[in-house]
Amino acid sequence: MTNAPAHILTLNDVTLRFGGLVAVNGLSLSIEKGSIAGLIGPNGAGKTSVFNVITGFYMPSSGHVDFRSEDGGIIRITGLPPHKVCKAGLARTFQNIRLFTNETVLQNVMVGSYVRQKSRWWMSLMPGLFRGAEREELEIRERSMRLLNRLGLEAYANAPASSLPYGAQRRLEIARALATEPQFLLLDEPAAGMNPQESAELLGFIRELRSDFDLTILLIEHDMKVVMGVCERIWVMDQGALIASGTPEEIRENPRVIEAYLGKDAVNA
Amino acid sequence: MNGTTGKNKTRNNLLTAVSVVLFVVFLSWAPGNLNGYTIRILNLIAINAILGLSLNLIYGMTGMFSLGHAGFMAIGAYVSALLILSPQQKELMWILEPIAPWLLNLKAPFTALAEKGGPLFGWLAFLQVPFLSSLFLAGLVASLFGLLIALPVLRLGGDYLGIATLGFSEIIRIMITNMTPITNGSLGLKGLPSYAGLWTNYGCLAAVLICMTRLMRSNFGNVLRAVRDDEIAAKTMGIDTFRARVLAFTLGCFGGGLGGALMGNLITTIDPKMFMITQTYSLLMIVVVGGLGSITGSIVGAVLVTTMLEWLRFVENPVSIGAFQIPGIPGMRMVIFSLLLIIVIIFRREGIMGMREFTWDWFFRNSSAQAEPQSKGGEAQ
Repeated sequence: MTNAPAHILTLNDVTLRFGGLVAVNGLSLSIEKGSIAGLIGPNGAGKTSVFNVITGFYMPSSGHVDFRSEDGGIIRITGLPPHKVCKAGLARTFQNIRLFTNETVLQNVMVGSYVRQKSRWWMSLMPGLFRGAEREELEIRERSMRLLNRLGLEAYANAPASSLPYGAQRRLEIARALATEPQFLLLDEPAAGMNPQESAELLGFIRELRSDFDLTILLIEHDMKVVMGVCERIWVMDQGALIASGTPEEIRENPRVIEAYLGKDAVNA
Repeated sequence: MNGTTGKNKTRNNLLTAVSVVLFVVFLSWAPGNLNGYTIRILNLIAINAILGLSLNLIYGMTGMFSLGHAGFMAIGAYVSALLILSPQQKELMWILEPIAPWLLNLKAPFTALAEKGGPLFGWLAFLQVPFLSSLFLAGLVASLFGLLIALPVLRLGGDYLGIATLGFSEIIRIMITNMTPITNGSLGLKGLPSYAGLWTNYGCLAAVLICMTRLMRSNFGNVLRAVRDDEIAAKTMGIDTFRARVLAFTLGCFGGGLGGALMGNLITTIDPKMFMITQTYSLLMIVVVGGLGSITGSIVGAVLVTTMLEWLRFVENPVSIGAFQIPGIPGMRMVIFSLLLIIVIIFRREGIMGMREFTWDWFFRNSSAQAEPQSKGGEAQ
């Protein structure tokens, strides 16, 4: 395989067409295990489309996505439905927050654990018969509480998710994604709507997430302070195609990136 | 819920136990002391509560707008009736076309299986208990049909699902009307032996209630609510949402079949006209008035809707105001009831309970401010 051992996710010549529109055009990238990677580009560049291809919401018109699972085997996740992609070990958050608004904060996180739950639904109908299932339910509850503690949401545990302030909703989405026990986390604009101080805190938070949960993180972000501050490698997209990749320093000086963001004149200026 | 401290938990369990005992005492007191009409309403409340709960599982908990419940009730009612009618009764009843021969004695194969089956099938002997097993089989057959319908239809969402399930419910009804050798067509089935009393109906309600509560408190309950709230996010969280929806729908259909069987047994006569869209509509009222997604809400809704529908009968009687004579207008109570429903929707959109559940903690927090309606059965933490 083309996949070097250290790469956890590989996109191979992925193209996504909607009729005549090419949303993603021949994108190839490989992400190293344990790294924090960034995907940037102007609005409409196709970043969220890439996320949707990776997580199974869109089937690419051509190309494929490979994921190295925990045991070292390579899973081709193109064509898998979203819930199987999640089971393989990828979790994501959404640009416009999508919480289970009528459930409590704790229940939101518990739903995330369901994908790893071994006991079946009908076991809950027979009290006392399946001690293991009851124990597992308790464990899930406790583990979810620990996650809430870790993300500083414990005070809201029994409040409806919709009642949370904006920043806490973002963190809850991350907590819920972590409950699925992923190895790979995709964050779609985690700093959106945050003030400068909050996004500065986010930098440290993302790094902590990686080390505490042993994650590889890919994030889409428009806030360049966040991207340059936290990402070890950055891919830049414009109009569906990859125009640059490299370390933050390389990207900052790349004329094509400046052109994509600011126009041709800015390069010569 | 989680915030309940140990001391409150003991109090709550005690209160639950006391209210269950009180209700059991009431059930044993009622037959000798209340008239037949009141008893009938009590029975209807239990059956409507079962039906409301099962529709709530589909619509309120999992968010699938289904208008097909009457169809599954019909299946349940016919399955149960055909199982408990004696061969002699059946021979007399089919006058348009002769009855399908295999249908005449449905108990025979079960009896044979139980006697000859040895250890492998011996346990099937319980199927010989005619009425209770017929209830179980009614639910089972209804959920089987529900599963068959769910597989194609649940790929739809929202209003489309409502229309498709409504269509299937009508298809079921029309098939029952036309499959005369099996269902006796539009003549229906008459003279069902009435086995179900207060104990059976409320026993079934208690079973359904306990199953629902346990299911919705488990993590699978969280998953169903998640599918309702945001299907895309649920998929991302690794949930096979289609499977969850099919499961909830099938389980709800079991309740529909069970309720239909009990309803047929209470009225002792069934015909296809009983299971029209109006039947689904009144169940929908129970669920919406009680509160979509609330178990205790469905019970409150069943009590309110059933008693109101009976109580409002007086508006259909002829009234004389002075010299004026107003003749009774049949169907007037439905008009008034619809008005009440509109008022509920305007002023309390989420229903009486909303998505909350009745719990003792909630009761004590609120009772100081205002008196709250006590839920039947006392299924509260």
